Amino acid sequence: MSDRRIRILLAKPGLDGHDRGARVLARCFRDAGFEVIYTGCHQTPEQIASAAVQEDVDVVGLSCLSGAHKYLFPQVAKLLQDEGAGDIMVIGGGIIPDQDMQALYEAGLKAIFTPGATLDSLVEWINTNVKPRA
Amino acid sequence: MFTKELLDKSSLLRKKWEDEVKKVVAKHADQKEEWSTVSSLNIKRIYGPEDIKDMDFEKDIAYPGQFPYLRGNQATGYRGKYWTFRMFSGMGTAVETNKRWHYLLTTGQTGLSTAFDFPTLMGYDTDSPKAKGECGKCGVAIDTIDDFRDLINGVPLDKITTSMTINPPATALWAMYCASAEQQGIPLNKIGGTIQNDMLKEFIAQKTLMCPPEPSVKLISDTIEFGTKYVPRWNTISISGYHIREAGATAVQELAFTLRDGMEYVEDAIRRKGLHVDEFAPRLSFFFNSHIDFFEEIAKLRAARRIWAKAMPERYGSKDPRSWWMRFHTQTAGCSLTAQQPYNNVVRTATEALAAVLGGTQSLHTNSLDEVLCLPSDHAVQIALRTQQLIAEETGVCNTIDPLAGSYFVEALTNEMEEKAWEYIHKIDDMGGMVAAIEKGFPQMEISDAAYKFQQQIDAKEKIMIGVNKYVEADEQIEIPLLEIDDSVEDEQLERLAAVKRKRDGRKVAECLNELAGACKKGENVMPYCIEAVKNYATVQEICDVYREVYGEYRDPGIY
Repeated sequence: MSDRRIRILLAKPGLDGHDRGARVLARCFRDAGFEVIYTGCHQTPEQIASAAVQEDVDVVGLSCLSGAHKYLFPQVAKLLQDEGAGDIMVIGGGIIPDQDMQALYEAGLKAIFTPGATLDSLVEWINTNVKPRA
Repeated sequence: MFTKELLDKSSLLRKKWEDEVKKVVAKHADQKEEWSTVSSLNIKRIYGPEDIKDMDFEKDIAYPGQFPYLRGNQATGYRGKYWTFRMFSGMGTAVETNKRWHYLLTTGQTGLSTAFDFPTLMGYDTDSPKAKGECGKCGVAIDTIDDFRDLINGVPLDKITTSMTINPPATALWAMYCASAEQQGIPLNKIGGTIQNDMLKEFIAQKTLMCPPEPSVKLISDTIEFGTKYVPRWNTISISGYHIREAGATAVQELAFTLRDGMEYVEDAIRRKGLHVDEFAPRLSFFFNSHIDFFEEIAKLRAARRIWAKAMPERYGSKDPRSWWMRFHTQTAGCSLTAQQPYNNVVRTATEALAAVLGGTQSLHTNSLDEVLCLPSDHAVQIALRTQQLIAEETGVCNTIDPLAGSYFVEALTNEMEEKAWEYIHKIDDMGGMVAAIEKGFPQMEISDAAYKFQQQIDAKEKIMIGVNKYVEADEQIEIPLLEIDDSVEDEQLERLAAVKRKRDGRKVAECLNELAGACKKGENVMPYCIEAVKNYATVQEICDVYREVYGEYRDPGIY
């Protein structure tokens, strides 16, 4: 068991600029003791996947409120697989209708958080489910 | 405001009341210790004459249509004319949105307001790789003037005003509107409407970004100059606090940053264009949020009018009272709505709309109950519009102007909003203005602080959102019809764009874009070049690419 801190890349894929959630989470995760890298808005899936690999993160958190998650989230997961970095966990959040969940899980996302999730519950989920990679 | 005799009397009575409160509280403690607004502004248990004793009726309150316009710009208030019922809409293709518009006009809506999809908002065409998955999702997709003509088909441009929520590509979309009007035989001086065209709040909050702040402000001054000369009934900017608030700002931050943004635009138009403030300031318009904290919002809107009325003559030597009028649109707060128990959103929106009306708004969008989940369905939009009509025509709140004036509490809170806003405004002045403050990340960090604090308050149940952290329904199944934009919209729009690109004169397009680039480099006004370019079927992205090339591209620094 390494004493490395959990490294998390928070990213806003696509053209959506609704970044309140992502920025609040960036602070929350920082305060929870994680190492946080926040990309800012308007990242392509390629940019996100390559940042995740370069920064050697344990988990990628995607936030999208524009309705384009159905394309963007699976694309990030796929690119990570393609780059041989399938062990980097991908989670997502935003305005995600229930009927889209199944497809996102099938595409490799490990968790989807929707409005109402508390900050504590997110930190707890990560502490339970993400282990710093060696 | 009051005679010494009255204040003495009040002080005596107040003392008696305070003693009584102490006794009661000793037996029955208050439900909670701190009572504050949604923005965490502390509110006292009671307000009395002593809280507003320093006000001067003539200087600080007066009557509607009189300086400092606290009580409204117009002497007749809503008796002369209700606010404009302006519902924001747009989805899928131009043809579909046009259908929605015609429907809205039959339901009694009095102005149109366009929501564009993300590629259009960011200055990308549907065929850009960056646009994939986004076409038509959050609004209507517009690539060329061909789409634009379908959008406004059958809308009488000389009678209905149309607002367009468009920022980095505002010059391109406005050019399409101007060119379409001319083609319909309507002269530019007869068309009215609004382009949002407020880039400073994009860097601060909304993040539809294209070029760095400095050239962004230059493009805005171009539109202000062009409008002043040729399109005098157009509002070339809607200086927006809405998005600042949605990003997590407090009411005071929304007020202060929005007004300071407005001042930055005034200063740039004077300095760069050599315009006199009174040539263009009467066409500046504003756009505020109406959040859930009823009195805080009313106070904010009243304070906004008074700050602007003071700032224009004091800071810029304005002599024309029309420049002192703060004219604004209001939208109820999307961020106050909940995905949980979504029908409660109707009540939230009604409360917020009522605050906007009591604050004297001139135009209003009411959010639909399902907007937290998807683009609104027809039925949800109808309830939202009916909410406005009901406030206007059933509740009686329009019978008299500014009914809350003179309330100890409302006037004291209005004063407090104003004082706190001026503190921020002066602080930003000291930083060298809003562009400089944005480059330092100042407003962004202030908003981040507020947003984080609010989320912590929600999690700790210090602030309540019904259905989220109180009166939660376990295992709630949200069963409301969701409007979904089919992915086939993207294919359809790609085909439309390809058809335009096939039929247009490519050489002519390149020539127009070249001339636009030349104008950018020489610092000329871009508007005439944009109009020529869109007439020749240059796309939104082609025009924006010229700006990115000449002025450089701005990327979100990801401040948190």
